[in-house]
Amino acid sequence: MAIEIEAAPSVQLSRVADSETHGENLAYFAGWKAYDEDPYNEASNPSGVIQMGLAENQVSFDLLEECLEKHSEASTWGKGAPGFRENALFQDYHGLLTFRKAIVSFMEEIRCGGAKFDPERVVLTAGATAANELLTFILADPGDALLVPTPYYPGFDRDLRWRTGVKIVPIVCDSSNNFQITTEALEAAYELAESMNIRVRGVLITNPSNPLGVTISRSVLEDILDFATRKNIHLVSDEIYSGSVFSSSEFVSVAEVLEAREYRASERVHIVYSLSKDLGLPGFRVGTIYSYNDKVVTTARRMSSFTLISSQTQHLLACMLSDKKFAKNYIEINRTRLRKRYERIIDGLRSAGIECLKGNAGLFCWMNLSPLLEKPTRESELDLWRTMLQEVKLNISPGSSCHCSEPGWFRVCFANMSEHTLEVALERIHKYMEQRRT
Amino acid sequence: MEFASEKTHESLSKIARNDGHGEDSPYFDGWKAYDQNPFHPTQNPDGVIQMGLAENQLCFDLIEEWIKNNPTASICTSDGVGKFKDVAIFQDYHGLLEFRQAVAKFMGRVRRGKSTFDPNHIVMSGGATGASETLIFCLADPGDAFLVPSPYYPAFDRDLRWRTGVRIIPVDCDSSNNFQVTLAQIESAYTKAKEANINVKGVILTNPSNPLGITLSRETLTSLLSFTSEKNLHMVCDEIYSASVFNSPAFTSISEVMQETECNPNLVHIIYSLSKDMGLPGFRVGIIYSYNDQVVQCARKMSSFGLVSSQSQHLLASMLSDEVFIEKFLEESPRRLAKRHGHFVKGLKQANIHCLEGNAGLFLWMDLRHLMKVPTLDAEMKLWRVIIEDVKLNVSPGSSFHCPEPGFFRVCFANMDDHTVEVALKRIREFVSKRSENADDKKLLKKKHWRNTNLRLSFTSSKCDESLMSPHQRMSPHSPVPHSPLVRART
Repeated sequence: MAIEIEAAPSVQLSRVADSETHGENLAYFAGWKAYDEDPYNEASNPSGVIQMGLAENQVSFDLLEECLEKHSEASTWGKGAPGFRENALFQDYHGLLTFRKAIVSFMEEIRCGGAKFDPERVVLTAGATAANELLTFILADPGDALLVPTPYYPGFDRDLRWRTGVKIVPIVCDSSNNFQITTEALEAAYELAESMNIRVRGVLITNPSNPLGVTISRSVLEDILDFATRKNIHLVSDEIYSGSVFSSSEFVSVAEVLEAREYRASERVHIVYSLSKDLGLPGFRVGTIYSYNDKVVTTARRMSSFTLISSQTQHLLACMLSDKKFAKNYIEINRTRLRKRYERIIDGLRSAGIECLKGNAGLFCWMNLSPLLEKPTRESELDLWRTMLQEVKLNISPGSSCHCSEPGWFRVCFANMSEHTLEVALERIHKYMEQRRT
Repeated sequence: MEFASEKTHESLSKIARNDGHGEDSPYFDGWKAYDQNPFHPTQNPDGVIQMGLAENQLCFDLIEEWIKNNPTASICTSDGVGKFKDVAIFQDYHGLLEFRQAVAKFMGRVRRGKSTFDPNHIVMSGGATGASETLIFCLADPGDAFLVPSPYYPAFDRDLRWRTGVRIIPVDCDSSNNFQVTLAQIESAYTKAKEANINVKGVILTNPSNPLGITLSRETLTSLLSFTSEKNLHMVCDEIYSASVFNSPAFTSISEVMQETECNPNLVHIIYSLSKDMGLPGFRVGIIYSYNDQVVQCARKMSSFGLVSSQSQHLLASMLSDEVFIEKFLEESPRRLAKRHGHFVKGLKQANIHCLEGNAGLFLWMDLRHLMKVPTLDAEMKLWRVIIEDVKLNVSPGSSFHCPEPGFFRVCFANMDDHTVEVALKRIREFVSKRSENADDKKLLKKKHWRNTNLRLSFTSSKCDESLMSPHQRMSPHSPVPHSPLVRART
């Protein structure tokens, strides 16, 4: 006689748990799954899928490893550095002062001294993911909105909206002016929100932009800041790729704009930073919020209890980044290497007949495949994306996953692989484009 | 750099503007007193001794030795730097497999093999603080409630409620039965809540208990588990002190009880962390272990907001899977805790102070009712101020744990060296003997004034008590006297 084994009755979870706002059923992640199932490996799986959908910086690890060799105190916890015991016990949400000072110094170096930062305004979080969510909890109530220029980082849908209940209203940008943010677009987004009875609490920009790979110009920053001031809303500037600008003179931080204005109306401005991209250390979970608003600093610090940075990691990075010579050297060399990669991929794509947006920063390029689309629609774009994934065996990110208003654009990462792998990828694209022509 | 921020105060969210962060509680006042005047054996021997911080500092020598002997566990040493790149890139929210395996094994060892844990059900979070909050986000909507036996860990008010919008319904326990929570109490609280149209989603137990320092009995756990399963409520067990049980009865985990009790495993979840048992709060290692696949998946996605640093995962994966070391540690740590605990209890007895008979945790639940004139919150607060300012000990008043019965205090004993223990005990002895002298004097004073009216006497005595508070304290926004949110919450 068969015995029926009843599965334990399933249980109702929260609305947040049931919602799809975590975003994982989207194309952006489907590509990752395809890669996970058939990952390229130079030796063992040379025909596998090459991961070009992951914005990681793997070009400068040798510099980090060299630095570690010089700083044994990072591991021994001895000789003047805080002992193991103190470090292991340290859970103060202010964060290690040495670490905050080191981060400040690094951020100032990236901006070539164009802005000064105060370590007392640095709030630490476990990654920029946590920083953006935390700021949203502080600046907006459920049902409110943040305005975000499109195309934008797909993770924002989860980070800004999932548990906070806050909405994103897009500031639509397009290729007619190289996707730059305009005052008209800002106003249009604000009006759209108003027409839906949604209260706008702030603008969130990413500078340099992900996925565009372009810095925002000073005059556009001024316009955005003026807009935020006019509407009396916040401005969050996610500057996570600030150290990955190919030429130092081309990056202007909102901090510099504020300094030039003698910090008038600065209490509405907050900067997000992280070491995941510039230093290539996403595993260490190092994010920061820098706010010019005292109440935001205090509240963010309290909230960071849910997402502190491991004191072991704070100690390690304090040791490394306090070495100003290393920091300066790293930033310069890293920039140069990224620029070289960028130039190589642009060149390779061009010779295959593909153009990209003229970029000057980041770990990716913004590739224009709209001429290849059957129809200028999202569906066509996704068809093309599937072809890229399944036939060309490249995982690249479709513009629609970044909420791009124009179909046919793709984000292609170039810094998360060896030079050889990049050549293999370019070779595959070449072959594909040739096949298409015949 | 100073920036005018008042006018944008209204431009922040409700969450940012409310006091859900919990820092206005007296729990933190004592910390502030300590921060301003911290005890140091040589540099500041008259400073405040920190007895409000539940830390385990007794076994660092063992861990430090292990680290010295295992240079490959660190990605910074020349032995370990080969792994630097792979570890530094690793941000997969599943967590390093070795780490999950090591934690699962460790949790099983702590439970003496009575239950085993599946590494695929282990989800990381930013400390137990992050774990608690994340779990609530998964299980409940704003406005829903959880039943929590009181006295309970003060930060639950923030962790479970602040950003989630969820409510806590305390289930009051008192000294009549040694503060043990009973099925009857939980049932009654549940019924009352339902009558008030509150949607109760579950029960949260801390076992071993903070602040009581006792383990829950197998019978209690069984009856509560049956009840929650029957009512389709979640059973969340915070077992953060599970490896800090130093006297009998031995620790019984909900994971064990589940095997012998008819229940719905989809309703059972465990919170864990290495902050207490291993003494590593700085490393932010929080763990959610759920028997519900959906919860595991949801919590894992949410863990993106609070992953454990891969550097720390790597170190701990190595440490926790060193079976020889762990066996030694799990024997030695409770032994040292038992010794310290016993010594403290004895010292307090000599001062005629009794504690709840505890067998776990890093603290004692001290009974000071006999030192209060009346069993009120006011009296407890006054006594507490005296202990901080005159005796110079930061202990935590029971009211900050929502204890319904005034007069109890949590005293931490594992966050200091032996010398400091002696200083603390000495101060307590001196305080108690001085107080009984004063009591005698006061008795004489009372006799003299008895011929005057009672009204004038009580007016005089309250003025007397007020002067015990310095002007600074009276002006403190953290004053727990009548307008404190704590008092408001209870009426």
